[in-house]
Amino acid sequence: MTDIGWWGVPLAVLGGAIRVSTPFLLVSLGECITEKSGRINLGLEGILVMGAMSGYAVSYLSGNPWLGVLAAACAGLALGLLHGTLCNLPRVNDIAVGIGIMLFGTGLAFYFGKPYVQPQAPMLPSIPLGAWSDSPQIQAVLQIPPLLVIGVVLAFALDWAFRNTRWGLVVRMVGDSADAARAMGYPVNVVRTLCTGAGGLLAGIGGAFLSLYYPGSWSEGLSSGQGLMAVALVIFARWQPVHCVYAALLFGGAGAVGPALQSVGITSGYYLFSAAPYVLTLGIMIAASSPRRTLAGAPGELSIVR
Amino acid sequence: MLLFGVFVAAVGKDPLEVYQLIYAGGFGSGFAWQNTLSRAAPLILTALCVALPAQAGTMVIGAEGAVVLGGLAAAVTGYAVGDASPLVVKLAMAAAGMLIGGLWIAAAGALRQYRGVNETISSLLLTYIAIALFNHLVEGPLRDPASLNKPSTPPIGSANMLGALPGLDVHWGLGLGAIFCIATYVLIYHTTWGFAIRVAGGNARAARLVGLSVDRLVIAAFFLGGAAAGLAGMIEVAAVHGSANASLIAGYGYAGILVAFIARHNPLAILPVAVLVGGISASGGMLQRRLDMPDATVLVFQGLAFLTILASEALYGRLKLFGHGARA
Repeated sequence: MTDIGWWGVPLAVLGGAIRVSTPFLLVSLGECITEKSGRINLGLEGILVMGAMSGYAVSYLSGNPWLGVLAAACAGLALGLLHGTLCNLPRVNDIAVGIGIMLFGTGLAFYFGKPYVQPQAPMLPSIPLGAWSDSPQIQAVLQIPPLLVIGVVLAFALDWAFRNTRWGLVVRMVGDSADAARAMGYPVNVVRTLCTGAGGLLAGIGGAFLSLYYPGSWSEGLSSGQGLMAVALVIFARWQPVHCVYAALLFGGAGAVGPALQSVGITSGYYLFSAAPYVLTLGIMIAASSPRRTLAGAPGELSIVR
Repeated sequence: MLLFGVFVAAVGKDPLEVYQLIYAGGFGSGFAWQNTLSRAAPLILTALCVALPAQAGTMVIGAEGAVVLGGLAAAVTGYAVGDASPLVVKLAMAAAGMLIGGLWIAAAGALRQYRGVNETISSLLLTYIAIALFNHLVEGPLRDPASLNKPSTPPIGSANMLGALPGLDVHWGLGLGAIFCIATYVLIYHTTWGFAIRVAGGNARAARLVGLSVDRLVIAAFFLGGAAAGLAGMIEVAAVHGSANASLIAGYGYAGILVAFIARHNPLAILPVAVLVGGISASGGMLQRRLDMPDATVLVFQGLAFLTILASEALYGRLKLFGHGARA
């Protein structure tokens, strides 16, 4: 970093944003689908860890990282469907079930993940977009992970689908007014369960990214609350899939400021910088909410805005 | 329970043996009881941090942050006034821990009442901010230069540690937790103020119509909950670690959520549930040694038990599962 001096800071922040934001993006897109249908799933943290573990294990056993991603997606789907099904029961609080899933998912992942702490599994490849540059730093920054590309494409696709397809409209209607959906003859619980399942699937893939790309190994402290942050991120993005992309990049960048400054010799306040995304989210929530109205763009049936 | 048995059988262990070990590890001997009760003390208090705001109709999941900062405040206070008589030091530590923890959670309450910020999310965010602040302070300005490998604040001195309960080998934290719990129960169910909180939680509009100041009631409930969690941090510092370090971030805040939900936010029911959950986690080490199962096994067990209880609420919702005052 020394030969490019202070330019290393923005570069490192950008590189960090690209690397760190992918799991945020995938998890928040999943949560976005879930919340659009009127449920909130706090269990994404557990699903993320479970996805990371199963992805890593399958990649290690099969030698193919993409099979690992598939396994992580299946694990996430299963946990998401479990959450959705439990919430269909009467008088069951979705936030409480989410915390249950969080415990259950992390417990399962730690339980089965013990043997995989040591071995090295095959990693996902990356797309070198920085080949045009001579500077190795720039090349390192522009290693684009393939899952990020998938995530961005998915965000725009979802945005389009929510506005223009029958399915998107049904999901939004279920989320905004369950009574209206019921009157139209759509099965509210089925739609919500499927949406939670889809959210879990994406969160599982996000977990696979954590263990198979960056940081790129399986350990028990891998996720450190990223699944929960994604919930805040969706609020920050105002339930717009495309905004989730920007929000995820911002969160990733904010998280990378601390290490980047450390690389040019500013070490004090490392932990304070790591709190930057949380302070940012809280500040924006304070600025954006008011006691007289709910958040603009929030699905009407969401328990946290009612 | 049955589900967990199936899970255990599926991974090739005898379910009955596992249950027996969980029992033995948690409640089977004097030593096990001691371990269990020591773990139950912070759980009681963090569960109160969830249950009190829940009585006011809100959902707070940020007890962890109050534990961490309360413990830090207590450790710093204990060091700062370390020369006074031990009783004064202990009282000052408890007051500092409760004040900081209370203010931290009350901030989430104030944001909810005056700015309409969802308290579940803000308390969660505040937890992460608290942990970052804690790490920053413990590794930076407040670090004891003598703690090389594990950054800690300066020790509070052994004279200022909480002693054991008479006749038991369990520290005073359990007694404090139980007292706090019973006091909360009386407060919530047997005083006008507690009734006002429950009215505000049940129907804020009705409460406003009869002239209750809902904002202040809710924030006070948040403050009391946070004070309980801050006290939990103080107890961990004063009875277990002797200084504030990263061992404080042990997930008691999250386990407290579990306890509060199983106890249906009833302060009296929290006591036995906390002991039960404490016993289950205390048995983790035993399972690991005897059956060579990872200690995460108990985490799976807790998660499954919690989900089952939540699901059963739908089926048996009208039964009075937990005796006193559980209202379906």
